[in-house]
Amino acid sequence: MNPILFAAQRITAFALAFAVVVHLGTVLYAVRGGLTAADVLARTHGNVGFALFYGLFVIAVAIHAPIGLRNILREWSGLHGRTPDLALALFALTLLVLGFRAVFAVYTS
Amino acid sequence: MTATLNVEVWRGTERGQFQSFAIPRREHQTVLDVVSEIQRQHDATLSYRFACRVGMCGSCAMVVNGRPRWTCRTRVNEVIGGSESLRIEPLRNFKIVRDLAVEMTQFFDKWKQARGFFEPGPNPENDFAVVPPQTGERQAADEGIECIGCGVCYSACDVVAWDNDYLGPAALNRAWTLVNDVRDRGQAARLDAISGNDGCQACHTHMSCTKFCPKAIAPTFSIAGLKRAVVRRALRGGP
Repeated sequence: MNPILFAAQRITAFALAFAVVVHLGTVLYAVRGGLTAADVLARTHGNVGFALFYGLFVIAVAIHAPIGLRNILREWSGLHGRTPDLALALFALTLLVLGFRAVFAVYTS
Repeated sequence: MTATLNVEVWRGTERGQFQSFAIPRREHQTVLDVVSEIQRQHDATLSYRFACRVGMCGSCAMVVNGRPRWTCRTRVNEVIGGSESLRIEPLRNFKIVRDLAVEMTQFFDKWKQARGFFEPGPNPENDFAVVPPQTGERQAADEGIECIGCGVCYSACDVVAWDNDYLGPAALNRAWTLVNDVRDRGQAARLDAISGNDGCQACHTHMSCTKFCPKAIAPTFSIAGLKRAVVRRALRGGP
């Protein structure tokens, strides 16, 4: 693996370790407090902090997951060369688009 | 102690089968003693490899009851438990020449591929280099230097099993000892060689190499050192 990909995967792992804990904690807190979807959306609407946090979350996932899947694809399928790279670049792009679409929707609705 | 040991030995190449032998059980008997007895008393066509019989040459490694070991330094007592049976196979992840003898060429080619050799550079020093034993580099090199190339770690490695091009623990461990050799002048090429898709970053840190190394070397930590070295270089703008 390219050293830059290796470093990127490790650095995003640090970010995700923090972000996933915050995300799960927030979900548990919101559910236990009895907030409805409308209550949640009212709090996230126009909230720059929320958008920044989940924007970074999406970027970290879009970097971290495809690099890991690339390794699995190379090791388990025996695919080498550009094929796994292209497949996973496309997957990264999909994660970015879907993730930012969701963040944008919750931020603006 | 029962009088007879039931021994199953792999016969053939990648295609083959186990053959059973009944071998007298003896006190302090090693697995290599058992294999030698089979070859000398029961079937002279059994192929296997050994030389020193004292854990110095590294040529008698085999898979014994599912685990890679030096057969000369493994007493039967240590591995059979209460079963009184032995299953002896060739090392995994190697092409089998015949029976228990494996082809080591690819294994040692990977040492060369990882640039696991000293590079003095174009203008070597004329005098002896002084390398104080207490320096961090010298101590890091010392921890990996005793490898005798037996192939046990390579046989134990899951990543080699998945990706036959992976350089493997022994070659990477050797590269790490040289990365810590302050006299060496071939570091850039070495870090290039060990940081490709089949290099140190492919290691999953399963630590099988470290668990089974008969010399108690920890190739996993050597590989971790290489990972740090290549990332440090990449973050500083290197290739």
